[in-house]
Amino acid sequence: MKTTPRRLLLSLLLFLSACAAPPIDVDVPVIQTGIDSDAWATVPAGSFLLGQHEHETPLEYDYEIMITDVTNAQYAEFLNAALATGEVQLQDDAVVGFYPGDTFRGCRHELEIAAGDWAFVPLDAPALRLTFADGQFTAQPGYENHPMTMVTWFGAWGYCHSHGWRLPTNAEWEKAARGQDNRPFPWGFEIEDNYANFLNSHDIFERFFEGIGGTTPVGFYNGQTYDGYATQDGASPYGLYDMAGNVWQWTGDVQEGAHYRSLRGGSHTTYGYNLRIWTPNNADPTHAGPDVGFRCARDSE
Amino acid sequence: MQFIISRFKFLFRSTKGLVLVSIALIALVTAFMGTLSGPMREWGVTSFVTETFGLRLLSAEREGRIILLYHTIAIAVVALETYLITESVPMKPHEQTQINATITFGYIITLIFGLKFGYFGHGFAFHGLYIFGLSLVFFAGLLLAAALWPWRAEFRVTDPQRAHWGTVDLERAAFFAMAVATLGSALFGAVTGSYWGNGHETFLAEDILREPEKTALQLAIIGHLHIMLTLIAVALALLVGRRFDFKGTLHKISMPLFIVGTIVITLGVWAVVPFESIAHIIIYVGSTIVLLGALFMVIYSFGKITRDRLAEQGIKTPTFGQKVAALLHDPLKFGMLWQMVFMNFVVSFPGIFMAVTLEKIFRVWPLRQERVLLTGHWHVLAGIVATIILLYYADLVGLTGRVRKVFGWVIILASDLAFGAALIYMLQGLFVSTWDSAPLANVTTLLMDAGLGLVLIALAALMSWRLIDLFKDHGRWRTELSEAEAEVLP
Repeated sequence: MKTTPRRLLLSLLLFLSACAAPPIDVDVPVIQTGIDSDAWATVPAGSFLLGQHEHETPLEYDYEIMITDVTNAQYAEFLNAALATGEVQLQDDAVVGFYPGDTFRGCRHELEIAAGDWAFVPLDAPALRLTFADGQFTAQPGYENHPMTMVTWFGAWGYCHSHGWRLPTNAEWEKAARGQDNRPFPWGFEIEDNYANFLNSHDIFERFFEGIGGTTPVGFYNGQTYDGYATQDGASPYGLYDMAGNVWQWTGDVQEGAHYRSLRGGSHTTYGYNLRIWTPNNADPTHAGPDVGFRCARDSE
Repeated sequence: MQFIISRFKFLFRSTKGLVLVSIALIALVTAFMGTLSGPMREWGVTSFVTETFGLRLLSAEREGRIILLYHTIAIAVVALETYLITESVPMKPHEQTQINATITFGYIITLIFGLKFGYFGHGFAFHGLYIFGLSLVFFAGLLLAAALWPWRAEFRVTDPQRAHWGTVDLERAAFFAMAVATLGSALFGAVTGSYWGNGHETFLAEDILREPEKTALQLAIIGHLHIMLTLIAVALALLVGRRFDFKGTLHKISMPLFIVGTIVITLGVWAVVPFESIAHIIIYVGSTIVLLGALFMVIYSFGKITRDRLAEQGIKTPTFGQKVAALLHDPLKFGMLWQMVFMNFVVSFPGIFMAVTLEKIFRVWPLRQERVLLTGHWHVLAGIVATIILLYYADLVGLTGRVRKVFGWVIILASDLAFGAALIYMLQGLFVSTWDSAPLANVTTLLMDAGLGLVLIALAALMSWRLIDLFKDHGRWRTELSEAEAEVLP
């Protein structure tokens, strides 16, 4: 076969067409999981095994944590209320809000997080599942009960803070995910495709995005069968859903000498082994991604 | 019985046999472990293999398994390079025999019991045997360093074409420096390993990347893994130079650079523990010096293969096209050198770019994304080392005709396709957003799988050919054994 420039060009075009972005404005079905995203679980005081090497760690207080990630609908509601009170503003294609800043120590690679307005949500991000029209935020149809994504750490902090809550610390997050034994996954010791939403886990949403996948509704993996797709119950010992997979979750720790914020739990863009409870990840607090969300914690009443 | 004894003699007493065994074992381990991840997992092959072979793959132990796997493969590569060194650098026959025998026992024990401990349940006797194997390899390294002692009277060099200092052969000194640096760097890891379960916990370096404070033991491990791969690459570059009979002015410049570069880079890596803040600068200086040494070797060797081919063709005043054709004529010889050049495009230059733009670009990405870059760059470097070894081996055993060309070009083109795709995969955050990255990741993964798959097919074909040959009474193995025996005889 003779190689001609035309053949080469065609091959290149074919290759590049394979690199096209996945469809972003896809209608997804509204799936009710039956899991209440307003519900909280109480984690009782007591020690637990922290990390891969299972260090017994005391956490001598009860606390509460949301049983699901914050959803698009919940976040839209927050933004509307916060816009009305002036708690957040629109600025340069982003929703911004005040953050009081961190102590800057000038350590190696540390960036200063000063007091001031920081972006909560970038509005020009194509993967944002909120719509802003007539001064109101609404969740896109079908995505109401999906986890809020494209939210920075400041945006997650702002949501929790606004309600009088907080982001869970790393230890609180890990105990809530693991319980008091040494399981690597919230549901137990092994991972199978239908326990959680991770890369190539073959969930029903992967077919809407040409096999690439996106978020699933919060609490989707609860043992129900949806449209012939049977899930297993992926809840943690305290009844929390999506503590592994779906979206990474911001946590609240501010580490001395580093500006990074921890992300926990793995996501729909990572392989199954990244869903192990102790998997380390972090990002600059200004990072917002289609695979990053959060949930809040609060002291027990 | 004679059938087995004669094959055993070939496989374990001749350099070509020993190299063949080590490549075959690495290939088997690679093929087996390849079934445990990636698309094989999705296709259900992993479950089948796990059940069939009784593997014990606990999620919590993944990092430990990976570390054992790295060691078993790396130690086999160290053994392979040692065979090539004892064959090509002058030393006494009994020294060659002692070194080869010790390291062969060592790496095979390491490989068998390392994998047994990591993947088939934790009998701590197996871990002990694994350590014993590593110790034997270390002891073989001591013997090698002694055999390479540059001031040995019987191996003086006065040839004006070769780098020497007084009568000391500087090429021998470069091998010696590499061997001693490797021994010290192995200890660097071993000392930390001895604290395992006693203050040191298993970790992968890429996972603690952004920890503002690292322990001395963690820093030592990070240093150890970097310098060991570097020294494997230095040894291979020296061997390739030897294969091309590197000499002349460039040899005289290159060898001191190899010696100084190896010493500086090694001291830089050791300095990571006490002086982390300046260690990187020392490492950059050492790396630059070593890379310059390798560059001169590649320039000389490119010229040599071109000249040799043109002379073969009887062309006295070649055109540019004829020169290029002569350069590309033998893919095995060209490939060994080209892969070293290509390494700069997919490892060195991206590394420099990353270092320069660390704060502005890479530290803005999530850790998992930066981690891909870190794990990717050394996997690519290790992959390039492997392809150079394959090309070297195919040249050593004298592949001829069309098979030589097909094998050589498949290894070069397929691996470079895979490594190029890996580079795009690693740097995808520069080109696309997280949302858009999935299709790019899919395409580049496909290209990586296809490229590496082709390399593995070529490797499997080479190994199958050698396996079939072993069943022939007068196969190539017998010729190679006779050659080896003839060399030993006075």
